[in-house]
Amino acid sequence: MLSPGVIARIREARRQYPDARAAVLPALHLVQEEAGHLSAEVMGPIAELLDVPESDVFGAATFYALFRWKPGGRHVISVCHNLPCSLLGAESIIEHLSRKLGVAEGQVTEDGRFSFQRIECIGRCDGAPAMLVDDEYHGELTPEKIDELLARYA
Amino acid sequence: MSIKPVAGENESMNQMLLKRISIPNSADIDVAMAHGAYASVEKAYATRPVDVIDEMKRSGLRGRGGAGFPTGTKWSFAAMDPKMPRYLICNADEGEPGTFKDRFILEQDPHLLIEGMIIAAYAIRAVRGYIYLRGEYPVAFGILNRAIAKAYEKGFLGSNIRGKGVAFDLSVHRGAGAYICGEETSLIESLEGKRGQPRVRPPFPANAGAWGMPTVVNNVETLANVPFVISLGSEAYAQIGSEGSTGTKIFSVSGAVMKPGGYELPMGTTLREIIYTHAGGIRGGRRLKAIIPGGVSTPMLTPDHLDVKMDFNSLLSAGSMLGSGAVIVMDDSTCMVKATAVIARFFEHESCGKCTSCREGTGWLSRIYQRLVAGKGRENDIDVLLDICKKMKGTCFCPLGEGALQPVLSSIRYFRADYERCIRKDGCDAKPCKG
Ligand SMILES: Cc1cc2nc3c(=O)[nH]c(=O)nc-3n(C[C@H](O)[C@H](O)[C@H](O)COP(=O)(O)O)c2cc1C
Ligand code: SF4
Ligand code: FES
Repeated sequence: MLSPGVIARIREARRQYPDARAAVLPALHLVQEEAGHLSAEVMGPIAELLDVPESDVFGAATFYALFRWKPGGRHVISVCHNLPCSLLGAESIIEHLSRKLGVAEGQVTEDGRFSFQRIECIGRCDGAPAMLVDDEYHGELTPEKIDELLARYA
Repeated sequence: MSIKPVAGENESMNQMLLKRISIPNSADIDVAMAHGAYASVEKAYATRPVDVIDEMKRSGLRGRGGAGFPTGTKWSFAAMDPKMPRYLICNADEGEPGTFKDRFILEQDPHLLIEGMIIAAYAIRAVRGYIYLRGEYPVAFGILNRAIAKAYEKGFLGSNIRGKGVAFDLSVHRGAGAYICGEETSLIESLEGKRGQPRVRPPFPANAGAWGMPTVVNNVETLANVPFVISLGSEAYAQIGSEGSTGTKIFSVSGAVMKPGGYELPMGTTLREIIYTHAGGIRGGRRLKAIIPGGVSTPMLTPDHLDVKMDFNSLLSAGSMLGSGAVIVMDDSTCMVKATAVIARFFEHESCGKCTSCREGTGWLSRIYQRLVAGKGRENDIDVLLDICKKMKGTCFCPLGEGALQPVLSSIRYFRADYERCIRKDGCDAKPCKG
């Protein structure tokens, strides 16, 4: 279930800690990075690899907002909707994205290119309204800027 | 990256922490070292660990993560506990909405943080450190990993630092989107691979932290101050700032200002100077209506508070808190019911669910706010909100729940008219609310 590459990287992460359970979060990150999302099927293999109860892995995996349980788009757009961004128009950015992509929040576009979701403050409030596309920040968003940006992602 | 990579311009003579970030490639170890990075390590190593702790105590440095606990005192608690090994954790969770100050250091001067951690580790004799980095900072993750690798190459990390026989290993631990993990005991749970829910205190992390061992948790900005305490000396350092709050503070200014940004200024700078002199005043010729001085969990203030000094004691006297120093500015186009609704939704989302009072209370508060902004306010909503706050006060397991009350209580206190207008649709008939 886990690729040899991911297994090797989880083992490497595990060496950073005095206790194997601490490698659960790094493991979940690594799996999600490779597969795009988590699933119930990967909990067992992670648990086995780190020798911790599967329920502990599952418990951790379901606590954190950044772990996804269904496939996202090829590019995942996370729009900040916290106060500073909201004061500068985050809601209209979200509306625009939804209209432009033709999907509701949490859904994937038909061509599989994008999915979008809301996120809490991403520490870019000086560039509000702001969003993350995959691992890239974009700020001072306007509808025009979004149209231009989306065209850049294949 | 389409966001300007530097903090707001800042001509302040007192700039220390953000001094290097305007230099191109400041995250590069050679560039950083050419501009003084790691110089304080040897100076600290020339004294005993206890001397470093005393120096920290004399500097008056207080934690920048929100609680303002004296740093030297915290270190001494861990150093007095005989258990080994001891751990040093940098809190880089930066989760308080409106806060982006640590980001400048993490992305643009990671070696300043690593330098501070090397000295802190020496003082408390920790041989292992972690930087707990929020999952929402993927750029910082790459930068920190590269910076740590370079620090190992140059012999500032590892088993025999600079040939002085001191050992300290460091790595980055990534969070995954949970505001509560900024709270230090939740952070430790999360580091240990668990759900990030707070622990009972005491015992405090200084005595029983990570894996039950003495652990110091310090904020990024706190640790970034350490090299300056050492290089300037505690006496010179303590000259900066105001009564009870020494040093500088990076204020994250956002919202309705002309120039949002990170401004490093002496502790005790007034809100007026921060907003009008540095952040360029209010946008679009509008008027100031409300200020959140320290992130969304700190009580709101009004234009009457513009002359309040931004330091620990002055904000307490003004009925608020310095928190993370995240100044969120709102102008007269903002409906405070709408603004508070955004915050209430945040707390409902981030309540960890461990205790009933916060788990249920944040949900009740948020649902009433969502109903209000849907244009369905009821005559007794203000009383119900206040009643929920009263029941939550003092009954939440950790400070998150208490924080959730502050925006509600302060906005009702200062902006009751907005609530009344919202409920009575008096002069506000936007349905749903347009804010
Ligand atoms: C809900 C909550 C969230 C917190 N978030 C952070 C955070 O993101 N970063 C931080 O440094 N401290 C945060 N804190 C404060 C920490 O618990 C702790 O006091 C701090 O990291 C200690 O470091 P300092 O003494 O250097 O300030 C938070 C506290 C609470 C209750
Ligand atoms: S106050 Fe809220 S965040 Fe803190 S333990 Fe209780 S439910 Fe969790
Ligand atoms: S509120 Fe949007 S980045 Fe901080």
